[in-house]
Amino acid sequence: MVNLTPLLPELFLFCWALVVLASDLFSKRRSASLPGYLSLAGLVITGFLLIPAHDAYLWGGMFVSDPFAVFFKIIFLGAAFMAIGSSFGLAGRMTHHRGEYFTLILFSTVGMMFLASAKELITLYVGLELTTIPLYVLAAYTKSSRASTEAGLKYMIIGAVSSAVLLYGLSIIYGLTGTTFLQQITINLSIYWLSYGELGPAFSIALMAILAGLAFKLALVPFHMWAPDVYEGSPTPVTAFLSVGSKAAGLAAIVRIFVGAFIAFATPVMAPRDWGSTLAVLAAITMIVGNIVAIRQTNIKRMLAYSSIAQAGYIMVGVVAASNLGVSAISFYVFSYMFANMGAFAIVAIIAERTGSEQIADLAGFSKSSPVLAGLMAIFILSLAGIPPLAGFLAKYYVFAAAVQAGYTWLVVLALLTSVIAYYYYANVIRMMYLSADPNPHHIVPSFPAGLVLALAGIGVILFGLMPEPILKLAIAAASSFVF
Amino acid sequence: MMTVPLDYYIILSAFLFAIGAIGVVVSRNLIVMFMAVEIMLNAANLALIAFSRFLKLMDGHVFVFLVMTVAAAEAAVGLAIVIAVFRARESVNADSLNLMKW
Repeated sequence: MVNLTPLLPELFLFCWALVVLASDLFSKRRSASLPGYLSLAGLVITGFLLIPAHDAYLWGGMFVSDPFAVFFKIIFLGAAFMAIGSSFGLAGRMTHHRGEYFTLILFSTVGMMFLASAKELITLYVGLELTTIPLYVLAAYTKSSRASTEAGLKYMIIGAVSSAVLLYGLSIIYGLTGTTFLQQITINLSIYWLSYGELGPAFSIALMAILAGLAFKLALVPFHMWAPDVYEGSPTPVTAFLSVGSKAAGLAAIVRIFVGAFIAFATPVMAPRDWGSTLAVLAAITMIVGNIVAIRQTNIKRMLAYSSIAQAGYIMVGVVAASNLGVSAISFYVFSYMFANMGAFAIVAIIAERTGSEQIADLAGFSKSSPVLAGLMAIFILSLAGIPPLAGFLAKYYVFAAAVQAGYTWLVVLALLTSVIAYYYYANVIRMMYLSADPNPHHIVPSFPAGLVLALAGIGVILFGLMPEPILKLAIAAASSFVF
Repeated sequence: MMTVPLDYYIILSAFLFAIGAIGVVVSRNLIVMFMAVEIMLNAANLALIAFSRFLKLMDGHVFVFLVMTVAAAEAAVGLAIVIAVFRARESVNADSLNLMKW
């Protein structure tokens, strides 16, 4: 009998998702609060189940529960918690399928948790699909809306193509190494390399296919075209979940495969069989395009979409570093990005629900009508921009430090220049809220769950900016899951 | 007994993958685009099976089973979304998905 204890959080959350589904089926009340609060409770309990997790593995190392996996699982749970918390308004207006909405978010979270724990190609692929298939449905959730179905379809086709490309790369890796276990892949590749002194073009093709497949999931330029459309068309809480949860999941996969299995091919010394320089170029154009195109956006969801594309570029700077510091830096980065981005999207959801507008221009005078919300929005935006006392600043600092240490000074200089561009469009939102003379007619008070999300995000952004030690410790432990 | 060499399978799989990729890009019909994606997935499946048989290992076979399951789930969700799109705009032409542009 296999001891399934390391799998307990996933199993629990999966069963809990079914409970949530059933609760909506059997409850007669037409409100979102029962399945919603049940989901929130389930996520909190799953979080507690994660605490006793220690280095453990199942099925010969297919599924591992190492500090890296646990750290990312905390991020997924946090993202799901905040996405569900800001969904109550949306779900309350649904006439049908309210329970399914929450259940799908939980299912997707379970997939992400599997993905973070996967140390084997089959588990990794299935985990990735378990993550994205519920997200296709969620993106198209408001069936009557043309924008939402269009977003769902675009996401679906791009997602299917990217996973096919990824799978093709994985199949070549399997053919070259004869194993699906990441650890064994590293060993077999080195044996291959030592005996033949060459890996042949097949390995390069596989590397590029895997990189392209995962770059689609992370929306790195030039694989980003789907992201703004999908982010704009999807229901706002789903957009938030996509931009944090799904991105963190793709990142976990990239780190597992490239830093975990192909670490020997990180440096340009191995050219043309290296992935470091390719990923550095992708990161560079992602930061440039993401930040520059964000400037001309008038829709705030679209602006945040481009901003999150640029953020993925900054995260890739840390992956390129492929070092102990690099992995701990990106772990911390995603953690702080989760609070800031989920918070910003939660406010957008609250405002859009009340005013029906997603335009940046309609934020005019917002600081006078709803000062607390405006203040929080300013904090989230400043954290995304990387302004000092907030968590986003430290995150950027560590990522850039890791890249400099790894010798990618040009990339860091570029990253700094593009963050200056980013100040322009981030500041534009704050300028609209605070300096515009137009009176804003909407005094907006968030509902209790949305307020909880905002409080959590606000505390996270400020607290982990001022005293990041506990999270940094966890992030450093996460990096210890890899051998450098 | 004469067997087909591994190279043939891999070349066929590369061709299938290319056909699928071109199909997704060129086709304007959403249903045909889905079929093209399935061809891409099956190209990867063929490579996995060929490698698995060549290496005399079972991992590839297991992988293919799971990929087929995933592809079925994806097709189910995908076709449901296509139907939702069709209901909203009476068309399954990809060019009609033009509500959002940068």
